[in-house]
Amino acid sequence: MEQLLWLPSHADLGVAIGAAKQETDPARRLALAAMLAGYRRDVTLTARLDRLATEGLGDWTTGETLSPQGFTPLRVALLSSHTVDHLVPAIRVAGLHRRLALSVYVAPYGMYRQVLLIDDPQLAAFAPQVVVLALDARDAPLQLSLDASAAEVAAAVEAKVEELRLLWRRARERFAAQVVQQTLAPVDPPLFGSFEALVPAAPYTVTERLNSAIRAAAREDGVLLMDLAWQAAQGSYGSGLGDPVRWHQGKQLVSPNLAPLYGDQLARVLAASVGLSRKCLVLDLDNTLWGGVIGDDGIDGIKLGQGSPTGEAFLAFQRYAALLAQRGIILAVCSKNDLAVAQAAFNHPEMALKRSDIAAFEANWEDKAGNLRRIATTLDIGLDSLVFVDDNPAERDIVRRELPEVAVPELPEDVADYPARVAAAGYFETVSFTADDATRGRNYVLNAERKAAQSQATDMEGYLRGLAMILSATPVGPAELPRATQLINKTNQFNLTTRRYSEAEVQRLASDPRAVALALRLRDKFGDNGLISVVLARPDPNLAPDELLIDTWLMSCRVLGRQVEEAVLGVLVTSAAEVGCRALVGEYRPTPRNSMVAEHYPRLGFSHRQAPEGAEPDASFWHYDLMSSNSAKHFIEVAGP
Amino acid sequence: MTETEILTALTQVFRDVFDDDAILLTEETTAEDVDGWDSQAHILLIVSVEERFGIKFRTAELESLHNVGHFVQLINAKLERR
Repeated sequence: MEQLLWLPSHADLGVAIGAAKQETDPARRLALAAMLAGYRRDVTLTARLDRLATEGLGDWTTGETLSPQGFTPLRVALLSSHTVDHLVPAIRVAGLHRRLALSVYVAPYGMYRQVLLIDDPQLAAFAPQVVVLALDARDAPLQLSLDASAAEVAAAVEAKVEELRLLWRRARERFAAQVVQQTLAPVDPPLFGSFEALVPAAPYTVTERLNSAIRAAAREDGVLLMDLAWQAAQGSYGSGLGDPVRWHQGKQLVSPNLAPLYGDQLARVLAASVGLSRKCLVLDLDNTLWGGVIGDDGIDGIKLGQGSPTGEAFLAFQRYAALLAQRGIILAVCSKNDLAVAQAAFNHPEMALKRSDIAAFEANWEDKAGNLRRIATTLDIGLDSLVFVDDNPAERDIVRRELPEVAVPELPEDVADYPARVAAAGYFETVSFTADDATRGRNYVLNAERKAAQSQATDMEGYLRGLAMILSATPVGPAELPRATQLINKTNQFNLTTRRYSEAEVQRLASDPRAVALALRLRDKFGDNGLISVVLARPDPNLAPDELLIDTWLMSCRVLGRQVEEAVLGVLVTSAAEVGCRALVGEYRPTPRNSMVAEHYPRLGFSHRQAPEGAEPDASFWHYDLMSSNSAKHFIEVAGP
Repeated sequence: MTETEILTALTQVFRDVFDDDAILLTEETTAEDVDGWDSQAHILLIVSVEERFGIKFRTAELESLHNVGHFVQLINAKLERR
């Protein structure tokens, strides 16, 4: 079965892998493997890529040595009720494709309860950051007779889910691990046909009830899903899920052929959990958002909207993009067009996308790679946050070659299939959805307006005063936890230490009475920017008892240059004094992405100090005395905590 | 496809699965002779052979696939039945 259809085909991937094997430097081999992982591949080629990446790299896959540069290391324990060993290479390769260096530990098959409940020493030594519970519908069937009542079924389902929640709790308490729960793919044939769902204890009915109970519990407990049941319903796996031959032969739920697809679907959840999902959908215009060429056909000549099947298909794709914007994906336009003509097209009465939905609009006759770079700069996001959708295969090819960081999906011939293709690629996998997400796209648009206002204002002070900014600070509590964790895991640029934490870890830190955990929101005259900054400060065994280490300080780049840092420092000083601290210690850990904050602490009046014991060699440390330091100047009104 | 052609195509499948271009197969080759031919690789081998030749082995047939000769005979029989 064809899979990973959104990835481009390589002329001869087998030969390319063979050539890459000649490379002797392990880091180069890994980089080549990660690059080749971006091509469409079957299980055999995927396994060869895994060998290419891991051979000669020593023990990075077991997490014993430092992970390669440019990749986020993540230790994942796979606890399953069926055989999963054959899926591991594909999970690792899909990880590489998303800049994840995955160490995967597989517990003995069928032992998922035991290893969590008896404190298995091997699992403890591995210290997983993510625990995946890969369960299936055939595992531990509920002890129900076929004529059991609805109430009996409900009780049995509840008991089963309670057991799962106990395992989730164990994983969290023992390892502070993020739990990913696989839903139960219904793979057995029906007993009753269409009547099945009307029989409370029919196997299919029970599996469905279990899945909805699992989903509801996961939502409450901050557990992520690998929703295989949903994928099965979509038919993504064809007959490759629950093939009885593979089950009888080796207790494999997922056929080896479909390992690349499974690996990709799990890896995207893992990548999302450490903030490696994409953020922005960049759209071409002619023959992507409408049929025809606006410059030639004019606003009355393009095909869009009701009346023709083609027009309907383009409209459906626009509607899909508009829905993505509603869930917080930023929209941008990159098109070879005359700017005025392209913008005027948005006045077409049938357009589902409005000009105001587009946060960055690049329409000109320059090359698209340069325009995509400009879009990333305008929006203050990395090129690796962009997904570029263009119907023209030549443009796709050029952008892939010039900007390998940008995701460029292969598209089907028919625009009617575009939404499904973009969705199948899983670029925008997320670990939360909050009210802030729903307004984020709007925020980026407002930001463009703020920038325009800034260029009009003659002096900076006047501009900042005119924004009428209000910063509200609250301790990180249950309400702020999901969004704060999301920000911690995806902020790369304005991030002093780039430490990634799960919700459980943030909660643990925030509940320490001697620590300060702040969630900061900013409003201005243009609207609410939402949660824009998180600061975590805690006592540290290697510092004096009255010093607080600023473990994490990060900020959304969309409020850069507005003296928010100065205002946040003021809040931090007040909060630190309240927990009895006399001095703050700032830490800067350089990464390839965060050079913009290299001077953050000295700029705020911190003085350089020596590194405490156990610090990372390239980290620098900064001292700030609460008593003797002067507060920095800013034009922001502060509310709370 | 002749048995020789099947053996040649099968050799390529083995080389891809075991990532070893030095593999040479004869009808007598068994799991003992190929590095890494364990039970897990065996299943991968079977699905790769199925994809390469566009055939599907029955559950009962899987138990007879212990050496390369059996693979060739079974593939041949299935291709002829088409």
